[in-house]
Amino acid sequence: MLRQTPLNAAHRAAGAKMVDFGGWEMPVSYGSQIEEHHAVRRDAGMFDVSHMLAVDLTGDEARAFLRYALANNVDKLAVRGKALYSCLLRPDGGILDDLIAYFLREDAFRIVVNAATADKDVAWLNALIAGRASELALTPRRDLAMIAVQGPNARDKVWQALPESRAASEPLKPFVAVEFGEYFIARTGYTGEDGFEITLPVARAAELWAALTAASVRPCGLGARDTLRLEAGMNLYGQDMTEAENPLESGLAWTVDLASPRDFVGKAALSATSIRLQQVGLLLQGRGGVLRSHQQVLTANGGGEITSGTFSPTLAQSIALARVPVGVAPGDTVAVEVRDKKLDARVVKPPFVRHGKALVS
Amino acid sequence: MNVPANLKYTDSHEWIRTEPDGTLTIGITDHAQEALGDLVFIELPAVGRTVKAGEAVAIVESVKAASDVYAPVAGEVTGANTEVVDAPEKVNADAYTHWLYKLKPASAADVGKLLDAAAYTKVIGEA
Repeated sequence: MLRQTPLNAAHRAAGAKMVDFGGWEMPVSYGSQIEEHHAVRRDAGMFDVSHMLAVDLTGDEARAFLRYALANNVDKLAVRGKALYSCLLRPDGGILDDLIAYFLREDAFRIVVNAATADKDVAWLNALIAGRASELALTPRRDLAMIAVQGPNARDKVWQALPESRAASEPLKPFVAVEFGEYFIARTGYTGEDGFEITLPVARAAELWAALTAASVRPCGLGARDTLRLEAGMNLYGQDMTEAENPLESGLAWTVDLASPRDFVGKAALSATSIRLQQVGLLLQGRGGVLRSHQQVLTANGGGEITSGTFSPTLAQSIALARVPVGVAPGDTVAVEVRDKKLDARVVKPPFVRHGKALVS
Repeated sequence: MNVPANLKYTDSHEWIRTEPDGTLTIGITDHAQEALGDLVFIELPAVGRTVKAGEAVAIVESVKAASDVYAPVAGEVTGANTEVVDAPEKVNADAYTHWLYKLKPASAADVGKLLDAAAYTKVIGEA
């Protein structure tokens, strides 16, 4: 039995095609996923991301605990509401999940994790907490829903739908959140566009969704979410990184601080590892198919593999994230095995698109 | 779902129209385009290629997935619609107008064995 978000009925009423995503019944599109993609790049779209889990961590030792539990350094969070992207690592450096940590108060942080990994993450964090003497409470918040509103007009349309929230959310800088009554409004997202991710009580979700619909925000499914995040050069857990890979070979070295004296789970293993692979972007040259995950990449430095590939609606060309040997550089041409053919692709540095603008050509 | 009564079908979701000269015009069904979603790449067989019944002869790719298109009967490819190669989304807009390729069947009798609209409607579970 698939789990359903509080917006399930709204998706069905809007004609969504529903699919199994990590055990959740989620909308993949409401018609054309390419049109949904363009709506986010050019205007405003919304995604039900209630399958993701917010977990609240409270206690005097909350920051000290996260300093050890997360690969990125929570000491970067100096301002209340500030968000930090981080990996959760195993001791061997493998990636358990990627997450966003929000600094609420000195004794309270909120972590938002992926749906399919949520139970594993909570069990992992509880085991880490149990190994410490400190008093920490970890509270999964399945009583909360999440709606991401993204696009150049997203914030304006949120203020139309939720006018009373404007004073609190208008001053927010990117990657900062604010608590507003029952709402938690973050200027974050997974599309490469401006916008908000709004966390709110389950009972309020359908009402906000309807108000956003009335403000002409287009409902968008997981299909558009995937093409948008891939254009934005953002990893998808389970595809671009898994427990078998470390962040240094997954394009996430910028989220891991090995230089500081701070110890964290996975640090010793990462410090000892020799890096053989790197993540790059690929832009297909000419036509001939669509780049997809698991296709083999042939380079002058050895073989690699595509971890995520799709057709980019903004570039009208196929793009991919790939893991290839160190030494392959932007500007190189590599070959990708697509069915019985070898297609040329150019190595580029992600992202491919940001704020509606193509960054590669 | 649109399943025109004047066409023949396969259980792999191709439609087939017999032209007055006996050649077959072949495309993918409305059900197929709907299931695939936005099409972004189409590869068609070379004119003159001889194909067996059930042979994979064309490829349609959507944002989500790649899918083979099969020859409904044995024959020789006599035409390919380059218009859909340049604009795959036309198949999404109208799957029965925007054909993929033409086939001269080795045996006209084979065509009679293909599914009619009623049988295909059952295949896609809408009977």
